[in-house]
Amino acid sequence: MFLKLPRVVIAAVLLLAPLTFAMAWAQIVVPPLKARVADTARLLLPQQAAALEQKLAAFEARKGSQIAVLTVPTTQPEAIEQYGIRVAEAWKLGRKGVDDGALLLIAKDDRKLRIEVGHGLEGALNDATAKRIIDEYVVPPFKQGDFNAGINAGVDRMIKVIDGEPLPPQQQWRAPSGKNFTERLDDYMGWGAFVLVFLGGLLRWLFGAFLGALIVGAVGGLIAMWLGAGLVISAVVAIVAFVMTLFGVSAISSGGGGSSSGGWSGGGGTFGGGGASGSW
Amino acid sequence: MKRVFTLIALAFTLGLGGCGYNTLQSTDEQINAAWAEVLNQYKRRADLIPNLVKVVEGFAAQEKEVFLGVTKARASVGSIQATPELINDPAAFAKFQAAQAQMSGALSRLLLVAENYPQLKSDANFRDLQAQLEGTENRITVARNRYIKAVQTYNVTVRQFPSNLTAMLFGFKTKPQFTVENEKAIAEPPKVDFGAKPAPADK
Repeated sequence: MFLKLPRVVIAAVLLLAPLTFAMAWAQIVVPPLKARVADTARLLLPQQAAALEQKLAAFEARKGSQIAVLTVPTTQPEAIEQYGIRVAEAWKLGRKGVDDGALLLIAKDDRKLRIEVGHGLEGALNDATAKRIIDEYVVPPFKQGDFNAGINAGVDRMIKVIDGEPLPPQQQWRAPSGKNFTERLDDYMGWGAFVLVFLGGLLRWLFGAFLGALIVGAVGGLIAMWLGAGLVISAVVAIVAFVMTLFGVSAISSGGGGSSSGGWSGGGGTFGGGGASGSW
Repeated sequence: MKRVFTLIALAFTLGLGGCGYNTLQSTDEQINAAWAEVLNQYKRRADLIPNLVKVVEGFAAQEKEVFLGVTKARASVGSIQATPELINDPAAFAKFQAAQAQMSGALSRLLLVAENYPQLKSDANFRDLQAQLEGTENRITVARNRYIKAVQTYNVTVRQFPSNLTAMLFGFKTKPQFTVENEKAIAEPPKVDFGAKPAPADK
């Protein structure tokens, strides 16, 4: 059916799709998180950025809190607050559960800056403090055009303020375990599907499509019951497993590779829009 | 034979796509969490207001109209029980939204007035409160956006086939959304309109 469409139509769709996509995506993209200092607006010299990176790394090693610095030429058409929260959501600075991340964001051409504060730091680095850091430490050097001094003064202050709040020491925090059934099911779901497809292929090869599918269906249903699902759900699982194997779902999804990029990454902290903005 | 195949294919897609029950459950819970955060941030803003009013009054006691606006807005916000159940009642939800929008307007007028009082503007206490209010307004925006996204996912699931059947079966109804108009009014920073400037202090 799809193949009967005129080629012109298909070609047009293929050509236009990326275009409309690009138009819908007029926002500035969030750069991938590779280092603590992402100077895309080139406000710092390479050695200055390296020194700042070192400082932030040392602080993280000592305290556990993650601070990152991002400079961009502009955040237009978004306000710096909207862009800032998008970056914070993408980068997930701070440890998971502790949420002790902070971001110093500078939009050079907009002459705006913002400190985005993770949930866990909102006590120490509260909005009023963040605003004062911006107004009293970062903006004055920025007005002179000395970005390095301003960024460093701001970061130093943020570190001092965060130091004032007792945070769990590095490497000692553990995630609370104790999951309920659905969470447990979520954990097993990926493995279940994998085993099902794998086992299904093997049994099909051994016993033929129908008998193999029957066995997989039965096994799937039993496993579902063993995991604590009700009779109805187990039956559904069995039928799905049967149908899947019967038609041979061969596409084994390679579960999202490339998570270990080797670089630095956010620890999974969350942000809720706390912090302050300023301009120079 | 062909019909049998179609039926099997249908069962296949239904089975694979799921009946949407789990999606409904998890997004429903997400909405509750997002809504709780919205309420939480509005509460935070409400808690800031008495101090803010007190500080501004210390320097600009004659701006009666502005204080009256804030008082009125507080009263109408206070008259609505901000409960989690609000999201299941579109009419009450709309009322709540209108009251909070009125509050946003009253507060931005209050801050606008402050622009006319240099002493107030340079007062450390006022600056701290202003920063807190700005931060809270931003948190409200973020919380509202997260609520909007959660409701979007949920409402689509409730309306889309085949999960709409599940939703009907278990009585899941669409949830009210923040309107775009209001969203804009709140997300935008208050405009400084010099034409409609309130009477300055030294009149």
